[in-house]
Amino acid sequence: MLRLEAISAGYGKAQVLRDFSLDVAQGEIVCLLGRNGAGKTTVMKAAMGLLPLMGGRVLLDGAEISRRPAHEVPRAGLGYIPQGRRLFTGLSVAQNLEIGLRARRSGRDTLEEVLELFPRLRERMDQPAQTLSGGEQQMLATARALCLRPKALLLDEPTEGLQPSMIDAIRQVIVTLREAGVAILLVEQRVDAVLSVADRVAFLENGRGGAVMEASQLRADRSIVDRYIGV
Amino acid sequence: MEIGPYILLASLEGAVTAAVLALTAVGLSLVFGVMRVVNIAHGEFFMLGAVIAWYVAHWMGGHPALGFVAALVVAPLLVGAIAVAADMTILKRLDYDPERTIVATIGLLYIIQQLTLMSYGPEARPVEAPFNQRIALPWIERGESGWQFYYPWGLSTTSYKLAVIGAAGAVLCGVWALMTRTRIGLVMRATQADREMALAFGIPVEKVYALVFGLGAGLAALAAVLIVPIQQAHYLMGADPLLLSFIVVIIGGLGSLPGTVLAAVLIGLSDGIISVFFSPTLAKILATLLVGLVLVFRPQGLFGTRAA
Ligand SMILES: Nc1ncnc2c1ncn2[C@@H]1O[C@H](COP(=O)(O)OP(=O)(O)O)[C@@H](O)[C@H]1O
Ligand SMILES: [Mg+2]
Repeated sequence: MLRLEAISAGYGKAQVLRDFSLDVAQGEIVCLLGRNGAGKTTVMKAAMGLLPLMGGRVLLDGAEISRRPAHEVPRAGLGYIPQGRRLFTGLSVAQNLEIGLRARRSGRDTLEEVLELFPRLRERMDQPAQTLSGGEQQMLATARALCLRPKALLLDEPTEGLQPSMIDAIRQVIVTLREAGVAILLVEQRVDAVLSVADRVAFLENGRGGAVMEASQLRADRSIVDRYIGV
Repeated sequence: MEIGPYILLASLEGAVTAAVLALTAVGLSLVFGVMRVVNIAHGEFFMLGAVIAWYVAHWMGGHPALGFVAALVVAPLLVGAIAVAADMTILKRLDYDPERTIVATIGLLYIIQQLTLMSYGPEARPVEAPFNQRIALPWIERGESGWQFYYPWGLSTTSYKLAVIGAAGAVLCGVWALMTRTRIGLVMRATQADREMALAFGIPVEKVYALVFGLGAGLAALAAVLIVPIQQAHYLMGADPLLLSFIVVIIGGLGSLPGTVLAAVLIGLSDGIISVFFSPTLAKILATLLVGLVLVFRPQGLFGTRAA
């Protein structure tokens, strides 16, 4: 569903990613692991078209989205939940969701379905986004992306700084999405949290792709993880 | 005349200044808020509005109201279109880099000014007001027979000046409604909050920028059309509105529309009153001093909610 083909990208002249390739199938959760600064966020920004590609291409459902201007990438069905949530401050919860709905002209029924997943947002619709608690902000960031009815979803450290109960809720939603057939690329620091949901795990080291393996393999042998991202 | 009527007169003059300043500054504030572009050429868009108003009124002939109304429509649209073209050909190519856009808009300032000098010339030309009745204002005073109204000599304004205040207020309400009640306003505010996330949610940021730059310039041009029956059109008239707009935008809080309007009223009224009682230069000195104090003690602006 989502295919990164030997993408290279960076900031200005500084190249960060070198020929990174990855496939995420429909209804699959692939987790991207790597040390801080390895380039995980850069992979997601490059896939979204927010960084110009120095090489390679990005395909979504067969369409080469890396040829399109950045604002058409989400319209093709790629949803993004960025690191640090990055809600539209000054806009209310409802308005943040409205921006998500407009991207792919989703209707009220989509909004209802999304609010079904995050009932707490329903009570806070008119509240300014920046006044929500950390967990609620993450819910909103997730709900905003789901309003696109994405075919593939990029999640960058969605559980960063959240309470265990909130982490559970987010993980539950991710599993629900997999069942609905969404292709999910997940970046996560907590290896335990990852291994319980991921189907496959890909490693990233200094901007280069490393091994890609079944999550079951890692569950059996944790030492592999330590070798890649150990302290 | 006693001091009371004098203050009323100065306040009325100040209110006209404030009204026109608020329109101009809101244009500058929008551009800075949404695009993070410091538009040094903003005063030239103001000047272009006045000059185009003169051309339109001159060509139309007939009753002054006819030319004026035509100018009210044509000048903001034309100036807005020029600004959109400048955005797409210059600012977009610079990737809206904050420093380089400052240099570019300085260049734009001189280009517009010199082209106007070459075509329109160095003269100051008036545009006739559509209506201009003198309205004497009453004052209340305690005489031998208790409180009584009378009309002090010299205490008057014109119907046109009152109309300018009303029109500016109406347009500002319109801008407010646009930003808070419409879809395009929502999209502009989302872009202002986070440009990258706006892109990630399908907002065509470049189009939004072009629209905002055009809207900002159009507001300056509209303000100029309103003031040109009082002030005359001249190719150097853009400097003062630019300076005052910057003062207002900084005092009001960068990118905050209500703050900008409040600051415009504050600066406009005090400018009017200080100019009448002391001198216009003192008014500018005090306003600039206030900016310095605000920048030191309250960098987010008097009415700003968060650091820009
Ligand atoms: N905006 C930026 N400008 C320049 N370099 C950046 C920028 N963002 C990240 N980098 C650099 O790119 C590398 C990868 O960063 P990032 O993708 O954020 O890593 P990760 O998400 O894996 O922690 C780091 O070396 C970082 O310093
Ligand atoms: Mg990161």
